[in-house]
Amino acid sequence: MESESLSLFLAMGGYAVYVWSAFAATAIVLIVLLVASARALRNREAALSRLRAELRDGGGEPAGEA
Amino acid sequence: MRLSRALTPWLGAASATLIAVGVYLALFASPPDYQQGDSVRIMYVHVPAAWMALFCYAVLAGASAVGLIWKHPVADLTAKATAPIGASFTFLALLTGSLWGKPMWGTWWVWDARLTSVLILFFLYLGYMALQSAFDDPNRGAKAAAIMALVGFVNVPIIKFSVDWWYTLHQPASVFRAGGPSIDASMLWPLAVMAAGFTMYYFYVVTLRLRAEIVAGKIRALRLRQVHG
Repeated sequence: MESESLSLFLAMGGYAVYVWSAFAATAIVLIVLLVASARALRNREAALSRLRAELRDGGGEPAGEA
Repeated sequence: MRLSRALTPWLGAASATLIAVGVYLALFASPPDYQQGDSVRIMYVHVPAAWMALFCYAVLAGASAVGLIWKHPVADLTAKATAPIGASFTFLALLTGSLWGKPMWGTWWVWDARLTSVLILFFLYLGYMALQSAFDDPNRGAKAAAIMALVGFVNVPIIKFSVDWWYTLHQPASVFRAGGPSIDASMLWPLAVMAAGFTMYYFYVVTLRLRAEIVAGKIRALRLRQVHG
């Protein structure tokens, strides 16, 4: 019974390919955009604190691209 | 800045919760359509994505106007942070619409007024992003892109009213229409919850992106001081 109702649910009344593709694509796009945005923020915050530490320690002498 | 830092996790939690509840309602707790069967469940991602595509463009154009008129730097950064999110939602509206169109209309795509104007919206987002990164001076890029965003705003009412002005394969509005929503509460609720979740998602991701832009500005300023000081 359990697996029967599960496969009935997964079949989506014959529209499985369309329904699941639409939900999967939405999940993938939203998650990729979120992860990329969060990662960019983290990387830049790390770069900023590195740069600040460099300026503090090196007394403002020019540093190469990190 | 401190406020947005404190607010960010709450926005993320609100967005995740609303979308989780919305997906449950969309897939389990709402009925199949009497004509469209279970394919109607695509609506619960397609329609909120399309609303967000327009909402993000309104933010993009509004922020661009503020940036042009009052030269407020955060306005330009807000527009810049919004564009990729709007482009993503527009892409999803087109893709899920196509996945819904194939079983219901028998075609992935038609060049009707609604579909074509939304495709133009997608290109406007891409054009905005290309233009604002095409200049060495970020201010010039922001200005050129802001002008493009404002000119492109004419497309927004065209999208909204395309289904009334022209004969389209796409159906007319059934939620934001004169006389109130024409769809049943059992379908309106999952739609509303998903739309709220997507809206929270926008505010969550735009906050992350805006903070990243502000940090990038600080890095640029420090590098300049390093070179000139």
